[in-house]
Amino acid sequence: MELYKIEQLLEKYLSAETSIQEEGTLKSYFLSGNVAPHLQEYESMFSYFAISKAETSEKSIQLNTKKTNWKWLSVAASVAILVSVYIGNGYLKEQEAKAQYAEVMSTLKLLSTNLNKGNQAMANLYAYENTVNKILKTK
Amino acid sequence: MNQSDFLKSVLPFKDKVFRLAKRLLVSTEEAEDATQELYFKLWKNKEKLKNYNNVEAFAMTMTKNYCFDRLKSKQASNLTLVHSNYKEKDTALETKIEQRDSVSQVHVLIDKLPEQQKLVIQLRDIEQYDFEEIGKMLDLKPTAVRVALSRARKTIREELIKQHNYGII
Repeated sequence: MELYKIEQLLEKYLSAETSIQEEGTLKSYFLSGNVAPHLQEYESMFSYFAISKAETSEKSIQLNTKKTNWKWLSVAASVAILVSVYIGNGYLKEQEAKAQYAEVMSTLKLLSTNLNKGNQAMANLYAYENTVNKILKTK
Repeated sequence: MNQSDFLKSVLPFKDKVFRLAKRLLVSTEEAEDATQELYFKLWKNKEKLKNYNNVEAFAMTMTKNYCFDRLKSKQASNLTLVHSNYKEKDTALETKIEQRDSVSQVHVLIDKLPEQQKLVIQLRDIEQYDFEEIGKMLDLKPTAVRVALSRARKTIREELIKQHNYGII
């Protein structure tokens, strides 16, 4: 395209009167790499516009993130409750078992002291029997 | 409307949403987050979308408003987005070299424009919407769009010429 036409289009461009097609014409001229030296500022502008348009978003859109987050939170909470109940229950049982053990131990102790008393009495009886036997033999 | 129908109707302009968000919020990460948030909002309002004959224009308006809200809340919490505190994925060296380049100088110049001119440049010169559509998106009359666009184009050009003459580039 002739230079004077480009210059005309640029006049219109600056007063924002060019159509999208005309701007397309300008764009292809300035991206062609063969730009008149006195129009170099436009080359920077149109190159920048083209580069900017090529930029894309790299993250993919997730529509359900927030919902699932809440779901997972409730799952996590219920798991936590279950675990704490389980642990608490285990602790309670352990305490109960300890109490039972202590009780059994004290009962057994009582039994053993009483048994010892019985043994003592038996020992006395043996001593008595021995003496009786001695007396009977000497007669 | 099920999920695949929804995505079919809204995904084609995802990159445009992203680029608009990036133009306003500057950082890529912020723009990705804004895009995600916007699609989530659209999905929640999917029943209402039928009432709009131009979903794309509606989405662009929502994007613009969402980004302005983000910028406002950032200002409120004293976390203004300035050029010195955002990092692009490029290495620092690369950015430095690029900044000398007059093409990326255009980026800086657009960033300095008033919000409305920034939006108009983005929507016209980069995304090639027509004036009617841009008017709808920004709630402006097409003539007002032309005026803003003309000012923006002239400013960018003049600044580029100035820098060229001063030999900054």
